[in-house]
Amino acid sequence: MTEMAAQEYWVAEEEEDTQKGKYLTFSIGKEIYGIEIKYVTEIIGVQPITEVPELPDYIRGIINLRGQIVPVMDVRLRFKKEFKEYNDRTCVIVIQFENIAMGLIVDSVEEVLSIPDADIVSLPEIKQNTNRYIKSVGKVDEEIKLLLDCSKLLTEEEMESLAEI
Amino acid sequence: MSGQNNEQMLEMYIFETEQNIEQLETLVLSSEKELGFAEDALHELFRLMHTIKGSSGMMSYQSLASVAHHLEDLFYYLREQQPQNVDYTILSDLVLEGIDLMKVELQKIKNGEEADSDTAPLIKSIEDYLQLLKQQNGAESETAVALAQPDSAGGFCARADAVTYKAVVHFAADCAMENVRAYALVHSLQAEANVLQLFPADLDDDDSAEIIRTKGLTVYLQSELEAEQIEEIFWQTPFLNKLELTVVDSLQSEEAAWDAAQLPKQQQNNHTAASNSVISVSVNKLDKLMDLVGEMVIAESMVIQNPDLNGLELENFEKAARQLHKITSELQDLVMSIRMVPLATTFHKMHRLVRDMSRQLQKDVQLQLIGEHTEVDKNIIEHIADPIMHLIRNAIDHGLETAEEREALGKPAAGTITLEAKNTGSDVLILIKDDGRGLNKDKILERAREHGLLTKMTAEMTEKEIFELIFLPGFSTKDNVTEFSGRGVGMDVVAKNLEMVGGAVSVSSVAGQGTVFTLKIPLTLAIMDSMNVKVGASCYTIPIISIKECLRLQQHTLLNDTEGYEMLMVRGECYPIFRLHQYFNVKNAVTDLEKGVLVMVEHDKKSFLLFVDELLGQQEVVVKALPAYIKERYQSKGISGCTLLGDGSISLILDVGGFVQ
Repeated sequence: MTEMAAQEYWVAEEEEDTQKGKYLTFSIGKEIYGIEIKYVTEIIGVQPITEVPELPDYIRGIINLRGQIVPVMDVRLRFKKEFKEYNDRTCVIVIQFENIAMGLIVDSVEEVLSIPDADIVSLPEIKQNTNRYIKSVGKVDEEIKLLLDCSKLLTEEEMESLAEI
Repeated sequence: MSGQNNEQMLEMYIFETEQNIEQLETLVLSSEKELGFAEDALHELFRLMHTIKGSSGMMSYQSLASVAHHLEDLFYYLREQQPQNVDYTILSDLVLEGIDLMKVELQKIKNGEEADSDTAPLIKSIEDYLQLLKQQNGAESETAVALAQPDSAGGFCARADAVTYKAVVHFAADCAMENVRAYALVHSLQAEANVLQLFPADLDDDDSAEIIRTKGLTVYLQSELEAEQIEEIFWQTPFLNKLELTVVDSLQSEEAAWDAAQLPKQQQNNHTAASNSVISVSVNKLDKLMDLVGEMVIAESMVIQNPDLNGLELENFEKAARQLHKITSELQDLVMSIRMVPLATTFHKMHRLVRDMSRQLQKDVQLQLIGEHTEVDKNIIEHIADPIMHLIRNAIDHGLETAEEREALGKPAAGTITLEAKNTGSDVLILIKDDGRGLNKDKILERAREHGLLTKMTAEMTEKEIFELIFLPGFSTKDNVTEFSGRGVGMDVVAKNLEMVGGAVSVSSVAGQGTVFTLKIPLTLAIMDSMNVKVGASCYTIPIISIKECLRLQQHTLLNDTEGYEMLMVRGECYPIFRLHQYFNVKNAVTDLEKGVLVMVEHDKKSFLLFVDELLGQQEVVVKALPAYIKERYQSKGISGCTLLGDGSISLILDVGGFVQ
């Protein structure tokens, strides 16, 4: 038993290791954002979206992902940017965060990058409530990638709706 | 051995033991009814007890094993001696008590607690009873056995001289813990025979499991029993896969006996076939399978109706497509049917309830079961067991008169409760019928008035409306609370439980002749007959159950009230109109009432009209829940779930009740 378990553990650890420090980057407008690869389930093209009434505008609706119903969020609208028509480059990144599955609509997907912890710096706190979806900044060859905080991206709307009132 | 294996074994053990206990209970109850245990029943009871004892011992649940062991002793005595003076009611009580205790223990094991109930008092009373039986029947039974001996081919009769047997035993390939199982086997053999030698000799050694797995367990034993009887003992061991039993002259000449061991093999095949006929599968896997098949059906229509094929003459393709369609629809039917479970188990549980209650209340009650093989969805069964139990309790407690009253009325002294299930196509009806005194209208009305439940003039109420009052919360006619019913949780709980699975309950009654409760439940939760409608570019699905009719605006009178709500007069009744496109903010929808369609829906006896662009057609849909993310955050009223349409797109299922609020 111990041998098998140890092996399983080792495999799991290795998997964790290969995912560590890797980010899937995507673009919205001119900015490049990164998201930890361990949350990403798959990347698909834009699917027909079924609208669900009474949802905030950035939740575009739900899609059918091979029988699984997944809500989709337009990250542009989430960041209060202007809506852009979907085209061939538009992608849906399906993420699984804790037990929430969510499709993120982005302008285009770039690549998978390894960013060592040493090249990641946290954001300066200019004032409260800004940059709240961005956890830190990664430096790759002079370029800047904004690394997203999944939990805030998915679960922060309660605060927002309170603020609106 | 890994931890997972252990867990699987525990799961297996719980499942098996549960089934065995259930079987035991059924057997005991049916035997009790016949006022005596038939010989087959005794054998079966003995075998079940033995299996429970064996597997509990192996899993080292001592409390279960010891109870089973003592009950087994009891049945052993009954089977062997066939005593004449047996008080079967006491016996049944004792066995049922044992069964109850085992149930409790099993529940504890399931919850991951220690199975540590105090079994001593029960065991003591079993032993006492056995002692009593022996005393009462002592002399008599000895002669009976002596007489029975010459011609009793099936019984365990003794032979003058002991024979030495050699048995080679193999266990099922994936059973794990071979050595422990072997130990349990040897232990049970020792009760009947003299075990001379074992190979591997040391069963405590972990390596022995490997040897048994590859070469089997070899046992030399000496016994006075016939070969067939020895075999029977062997087959009582769980996971036993292969048995070669041979008679050897002595331990040394065993080599010669190898070839003679072919005979039992046929039997072995029979045994494995029987144990493989049913498997238990987790519902999650079935759900996944159903999802996959659903997807496959969609994928199939995407291939066959592919726009690239438009305008092409493809004879062979069409043929192949038809074949594919046939197979997929068959597969879909099959997957649906897997989830269907017969009501028999739920129904049979009621025997026990009726038995206990009739004892307790001193009422003689017969339970009649009809149509117990009717099948319903697994999820639904879980929700209806309690309501049925509740209704039966009520029927016995409140419905049936006492024996004296019944005789005075010219009815048979024993009351009859009939539990009937029948399939009406889209629904299953379960009828709970009693031949008791029936519902008392005046009492119901009085009670309802006391609790302020009346909304109408009593004179205007129909009989049905009066009876229906008993389903209202806070209604219970029985003043004195008994152990079985009238604990304040009344009929409204029954009604609520059924509502949860989309069913309904109704009642009819004739004074002096009895009451019938009818539970109407849908065949399955997962599939729903529905109407698809279009609003703008979106598609919505309305359950057929709630649709009353569809109509186009013609000469109907349109009204506007002061707040701007639209109403429509249909056949002299006034109905409010909900424009779906307004409610859901859909763009590009039809706004002219004359150009769209009005769907009249009903919820809770309130009717209203939904305005949609057009009807797309009726369809059976597979209901899926909305993603948790959406459900948690926005309690959108008016949408209960979603479903996938034939082309893979999603349609939202309207919750008509949500509009009312």
